[in-house]
Amino acid sequence: MAAEGSGIDPMHQFLVEPVMGHRLVMQGYDISFTNSALFMVITAALLWLFMLGGMQRKLVPGRWQAAVEGMTGFVQDMMRTNVGPEGKKFVPYIFSLFMFLLFANLVGLFPLAVVGLHPFAVTSHISLTAILAFFSFGMVLVVGFWRHGLHFFSLFVPHGTPWYIAIIVTPIELMSFLVRPFSLGLRLFVAMTAGHILLDVFASFVVQGLNAGPGIGWVVSFFSFLMIVGVSALELLVAAIQAYVFALLTSLYLNDAVNLH
Amino acid sequence: MDLASAKVIGAGLAAIGIGMAAIGVGNVFGSFLDGALRNPGAADGQQGRLFIGFAAAELLGLIAFVVAILILFVVK
Repeated sequence: MAAEGSGIDPMHQFLVEPVMGHRLVMQGYDISFTNSALFMVITAALLWLFMLGGMQRKLVPGRWQAAVEGMTGFVQDMMRTNVGPEGKKFVPYIFSLFMFLLFANLVGLFPLAVVGLHPFAVTSHISLTAILAFFSFGMVLVVGFWRHGLHFFSLFVPHGTPWYIAIIVTPIELMSFLVRPFSLGLRLFVAMTAGHILLDVFASFVVQGLNAGPGIGWVVSFFSFLMIVGVSALELLVAAIQAYVFALLTSLYLNDAVNLH
Repeated sequence: MDLASAKVIGAGLAAIGIGMAAIGVGNVFGSFLDGALRNPGAADGQQGRLFIGFAAAELLGLIAFVVAILILFVVK
């Protein structure tokens, strides 16, 4: 048997490296076109094709148009229930956010390794999810101060709080407000990272079990393979749920800014 | 105990938190089903709240996972 832990390197799949192999350095900054950027472009292109095929304005929608309209209707419903009639203005942003994250999560799970390409999940890096989370947070701040001015600070004092409780509650509310972008970005990034590590570990079990020869090794391989099938199904679910949760929480935070109490 | 062993033990202990979050997430969905089966008509309107509770419970487990990863790969 191989030495403990050797051969399993689940973090290698998250390595950001230039696509063509050579780095492009300008003024001391590395501006190479990386695999992360490549998969973001692929995600955006797929999303563009999906929307292009569906925006046909037919009275009786075909399958494709019905799929696109289902997605837009889903986001519109979410904004209407969470923000109210004012939420219609934010539907384009939330829709772009939700669809990009959904497609990025699903593209990251796509079994490209079967044809020899190295798949890469862009949402498994906090550099992407944190930026999107800060976009959402910044939008909440801009909308909040735009609509309510300095009155926006009353968000931290829940309505009808006695002053002696407000002394305790206000710092807590402020903390929970400031931690929002971090929790928003961290949730998506860690959920995707954890799932991909899990898949990689079980895939390594399959290979190492097969290499160990007939007997107990093949049994391990077989059950690991069953686990991969199960975990992949779970990851498809997680990919959709995490994109939905990101959009849902953004819409809730926007609701705070739009309808202050 | 040397640092390498302590790191692995610490990461294992941090992983307990993920199991605790599993209890929390199960509680969220279990309680939702409990209520939804009593009053199926009101269930659809509460799906947003269901996922907010799920997100809050899951985040704490994911932080435990982050701690485990930090201990394993970042602590020198």
